Amino acid sequence: MDIKIRQLEHRYQMNTPFERLALCDINIDIHEGTYLAVIGHTGSGKSTILQHLNGLLLPTKGSIQLGDRLIKAGEKQKNLKSVRKKVGIVFQFPEHQLFEETVEKDIAFGPMNFGASFEEAKKKVKEVLPLVGLGEEILHQSPFELSGGQMRRVAIAGVLAMEPEVLVLDEPTAGLDPKGRNEIMELFYRLHKEKKLTTILVTHSMEDAAKYADEIAVLHQGELKMKGSPKEIFRLTRELEQLGLDLPESIKFVMKLEEKFSLTVEDKPLTLEETADFIEALLKEGVVYDR
Amino acid sequence: MIDNIIIGKYVPGSTVIHRMDPRAKLLTIFLYVFIVFFANNGITYFLLGLFTFIIILLTKLPFSFLWNGLKPVIWIVGFTFLLHILVTKEGDMLFRFGFFSIYEEGLRQGFFISLRFIFLIFMTTTLTLTTTPIEITDGMESLLKPFKKFKLPVHELALMMSISLRFIPTLLEETEKILKAQMARGVDFTSGPVKERIKAIVPLLVPLFISAFKRAEELATAMEARGYRGSEGRTKIRQLKWGAIDSIMMASILLLSIILLLLRA
Repeated sequence: MDIKIRQLEHRYQMNTPFERLALCDINIDIHEGTYLAVIGHTGSGKSTILQHLNGLLLPTKGSIQLGDRLIKAGEKQKNLKSVRKKVGIVFQFPEHQLFEETVEKDIAFGPMNFGASFEEAKKKVKEVLPLVGLGEEILHQSPFELSGGQMRRVAIAGVLAMEPEVLVLDEPTAGLDPKGRNEIMELFYRLHKEKKLTTILVTHSMEDAAKYADEIAVLHQGELKMKGSPKEIFRLTRELEQLGLDLPESIKFVMKLEEKFSLTVEDKPLTLEETADFIEALLKEGVVYDR
Repeated sequence: MIDNIIIGKYVPGSTVIHRMDPRAKLLTIFLYVFIVFFANNGITYFLLGLFTFIIILLTKLPFSFLWNGLKPVIWIVGFTFLLHILVTKEGDMLFRFGFFSIYEEGLRQGFFISLRFIFLIFMTTTLTLTTTPIEITDGMESLLKPFKKFKLPVHELALMMSISLRFIPTLLEETEKILKAQMARGVDFTSGPVKERIKAIVPLLVPLFISAFKRAEELATAMEARGYRGSEGRTKIRQLKWGAIDSIMMASILLLSIILLLLRA
């Protein structure tokens, strides 16, 4: 499912003294099977964009094409449920949405809302559990007896069980320990690769954006400032700094090296692996240390 | 949908009314509520209206804010007006249609009673629009202090009030978040049969209660960690100061009360 965002504008509390422009003239194409990372400061409009992707918020101007469904500003929208089935959103701290008596019932909640019988939903629950790294022994426990990390996995399973075509992630690793963070990010990346799931990740972590995304969109005060591959985006170190955004650790490391050894490196490595390769090459070529 | 709710929202400002001691404001409102019922003829209503109007002018608030305060109760005002017109059968008859008739006294009563309502709402709205919730609770606590002798837990009541006021926006935000998360999972809160919609409340309420309880516990721990142990020996960072304006306000409302008592029919 391709997503086309055209001249999207969103104002909160329209026509009140508290009106606030959150998004302004956003144009983004997201092709099927892409992994897009959206980065930007708090209040840059990331979460607002994401809620447009399944009709939780409607544009105040412009339009969004979701597959064959067009959502245009000013038009009455009926049956947004079919959109919500195709676009699954994992919100920040998704464990806050758990409410059922058992883990099984909670994961089955989504599919059943979209018309599956309890038996069908149960089957889907069994399918998604291993994807999020949980065992079947917890199925009949209360979700509130689980640890924080497990609760988050259950909540993610609840979204995956809806079998969406597009997966939208709003800082899915916030508040997790580093190990859990890695596991969850790898899980989403595996799903993206194996199931060709279109993935849209909103994140503060430049490392995650550099490591996983095919494309990065940079938002600033409701406007789309840059869009391109991680290589293209993270080359613009000065512009990113002006927007108050961080750089991936690997790039910062190489910039420090440049300073120390008066080098200039065109293509800076984005991931740990690339950094290792870079240093290997550097060592083999030899560095002139002039001080 | 939730961002449209504006209940007694404080509008920052630095007018005379904004700077008044909350105790003076509360006492004024308290007295005002009584003297609204003193007025019973044209001149007394006029004076009351003039007083209200001057106060509103002093706050420099746009009228739309007051109107928003009136909106939720406008139906009650309209209903009372109608009731008086239809039920009171005194004075000259003005209009008759079948068994439906309007008398002079009914019209007068209906009009005046509606005015009473509107005055009351305007005054209380001005209070909440120009006074932060914290100021109001501080004022209340200070005014209720004498009742401590009768074992009234004044400090605890004030604390409860300020905590609940503090958490109204937080809970609204939380509600909206959970609402959206469940809508993304296919819950339909706005359409479908009533039975389904009532059922849809459960996935909203359960997480909301859980987070509210968690929050309460965290708040209690945080307060204890910072050495909170009730009102014993507690000092205040916001000192209430009774100034000249406050005395003037009290004097004018007392004067108004006396005049109304003398002029009422």
